[in-house]
Amino acid sequence: MTDDTGVLLAVRSLRVAFDLEGDSHVGVADVSFEVGAGEILAIVGESGSGKSVASMAVLGLLPENASVEGAIEFEGRDILGLSAGELRGIRGSGIAMIFQDPVAALNPVFTVGFQIVEAVRAQNGGLPKAQARRRAVELLELVGIPDAERRLDSYPHQLSGGQCQRVMIAMALAGEPRLLIADEPTTALDVTVQAEILDVLRSLRDRVGLSILMITHDMGVVADIADRVVVMKEGNVVERGNVAEIFTRPQAEYTHRLLSAVPRFGGRDDATHAESTEATLSVRSLVVEYGGRLRGLVRAVDDVSLSVAPGEILGVVGESGSGKTTIGRAVIGLAPVTAGTIEVCGVDLATRDRVARQRMRRRVGVVFQNPATSLNPRFSVAETVSEPLRMIARLRGSELSDRTDALLASVGLDGRWRERYSHELSGGQRQRVAIARAVALDPDLLIADEPTSALDVSVQARVLDVFRELQERLGFACVFISHDLAVVDSLCDSVAVMHRGRVVEQGSRARVLFDPAEEYTRRLIASAPVPDPAEQRLRREARRAV
Amino acid sequence: MADTLPIVTPARHQPRGLRAVLRRPMFWLPAAVLMLFIAMALLPAPFAGIFGNGDPRACNLADSAAGPRPGHPFGFDLQGCDLWANAVYGAQASITVGVVATLIALGIAIVLGTLAGLRGGVVDWLISRATEVFLGFPFLLAAIVVLNSVGERTVWTVSLVLGVFGWPTMARLMRASVRSIRSSEYVLAARTMGLGPARIISRYVLPNSLSPVFILATIAIGAVIVAESSLTYLGIGLQPPAISWGLQIAAGSRIFQSAPHVLLLPSGFLAATVLSVIVLGDALRAGSDPRRLQ
Repeated sequence: MTDDTGVLLAVRSLRVAFDLEGDSHVGVADVSFEVGAGEILAIVGESGSGKSVASMAVLGLLPENASVEGAIEFEGRDILGLSAGELRGIRGSGIAMIFQDPVAALNPVFTVGFQIVEAVRAQNGGLPKAQARRRAVELLELVGIPDAERRLDSYPHQLSGGQCQRVMIAMALAGEPRLLIADEPTTALDVTVQAEILDVLRSLRDRVGLSILMITHDMGVVADIADRVVVMKEGNVVERGNVAEIFTRPQAEYTHRLLSAVPRFGGRDDATHAESTEATLSVRSLVVEYGGRLRGLVRAVDDVSLSVAPGEILGVVGESGSGKTTIGRAVIGLAPVTAGTIEVCGVDLATRDRVARQRMRRRVGVVFQNPATSLNPRFSVAETVSEPLRMIARLRGSELSDRTDALLASVGLDGRWRERYSHELSGGQRQRVAIARAVALDPDLLIADEPTSALDVSVQARVLDVFRELQERLGFACVFISHDLAVVDSLCDSVAVMHRGRVVEQGSRARVLFDPAEEYTRRLIASAPVPDPAEQRLRREARRAV
Repeated sequence: MADTLPIVTPARHQPRGLRAVLRRPMFWLPAAVLMLFIAMALLPAPFAGIFGNGDPRACNLADSAAGPRPGHPFGFDLQGCDLWANAVYGAQASITVGVVATLIALGIAIVLGTLAGLRGGVVDWLISRATEVFLGFPFLLAAIVVLNSVGERTVWTVSLVLGVFGWPTMARLMRASVRSIRSSEYVLAARTMGLGPARIISRYVLPNSLSPVFILATIAIGAVIVAESSLTYLGIGLQPPAISWGLQIAAGSRIFQSAPHVLLLPSGFLAATVLSVIVLGDALRAGSDPRRLQ
């Protein structure tokens, strides 16, 4: 299909090996792909599949200990063996790159205008300052930043994540590249912002004829934007083809698995829960304010009331900064409560009685978001899980080790994992250990703060299975905080939608997600990408209408 | 459902923990060097007598800064005393000052840094300001004032002064390190479990935040030994007839251009000690950190 348009980038039999203290580790085993002019190619894979390594190899950005074999041809010229100086000529003006975290990629001490002008003049040194500035304004308008002239004088911290990513794209476009490599460009962004950034990328292809090589793990993003797809696993290409073919008739078993692991919207009926008299968690008119008189008050949570019945899973959804995490922290006593009450099993969190408060703590378990920091690096798996049993439940000896083994088995880790340390575990395994630790004391309430958002889809599916199974067996109530509507849809009984510290909509899962009353909820749902190109196109058009 | 481990895991067959560390040359080599110096510090006489002239105070001004000769393989210092015997006898004072002063500073730094980092608020403000006051204080001036006001200047008083003025940088590092660990999710998880503060500090916060301070402390040992020499040089450190590497370096540096060999032995001993402590500290840290034991 690239014959009529011409091949812009061709990667042939690429092999990248890293030399780690004498050992050779293969990052990319054998990968070939082509990007045609004006085409969007997505490379999909889970972490460790080598998709980022392959794209870094194109720009010659691999670390010193990497050895690269094969051929990388850009506009018919082999760029693999080029010297640093020659490569610099291609970077920026031929191939540009944008990264995952736009806020970290911008220099915080200069205005975005200065940085874009820098990028413009790096490609065109002789350009007078006024013209370079005019070009910067053009670029910002091209990526859809309103009031571009004024925005030039803003510093990165004054912009939102989505605007920062647009600035990054504008800088990448300064040298009028033919190919843009986008490494997970929307992973750090909220769904509504993600949808906007993908729109920007798509319009650039349509208007400027830019080719885009998109690295992503998100099947929804692929369905939304890609023309062709390359699926990678463990350094090899397992499947390639048109986006429609991949999604409707995946050939490789791995692609099948990847697609079926993606949680989908609307795949489940509403479970009915017995209405109970006493709520496990009841939050009334909660207000949380950070800061002080000197720095100014920030109201993170504003007059929120929630209640969770025994055995119920409440999904709290919202974008970053909506206050959903703060609610979770307030319930476990880690956020300053300015006003309102929080009751767990009828005990007020603010009670002065230390013993009652201590007892209540035991009835609340917590699972945090980041698998990398959720476990004490000095503790083995067994020590981590047995810690609450030993210190709080005061178990000893064989009782302690039996209970620890039972807990680990319940999250799918057998006895051989006992003596492992957290750095030896994968992200999903760490999160399962964290879940085992959280349910060790058989809590009445579990706070799960984005427990799967840092994980790959297939791993996420495993962890959610474990979670669901445990919940059914132990019957704890749960506050499940997430930004992923599909995950919430597959797991929760009721949903609360948060926006700017307030609950804008609250009700049963089916009611909120499939018959939303609020404008904001509708926008959130319309922005969540689904792994189906045809449906995604319809949704995109519907979203434009909203 | 259960995850399977690969059957062959080579890392498993190697000894873990301290035993693995003990076998590494990076552990036993510096440990052997340090043991040698400590033995010198405890029993200087047999070491000093190796070359036949073991009395550090048997000096002859006629030999001032003379070169090596039989029985005196390293030559003589400015006073005409045997350099080898002096260097051996100097180990005691120097190592004591280095270790004691660093331990005092480390102790103060860990307590104050942890308090400031964990409590935050007013406690943090007070400790941070105190740290800055101590940092801004001219160290030598303070040492002169304090050491002049204590009557007798011994190894212990000098160590105490060096320790009490040496903690601020370590405390700042400790505070920053604790603050970063405090907000990590495993500490939050421990707090929500209902664990007491003592348990959280001893098992969660300290083990994960001490490492940078220990690195600084191992380097500080050398700096303290040198600082003792500058105090001595100013006449407010150890008093002659005390013998220390610092005193010898201070004396030797005055005639360095005409007789460089005078500096060789004490500064060589000092460098070997500091290097051994740093390497040993690194090996032990690796041994206590599961992430680095592979």
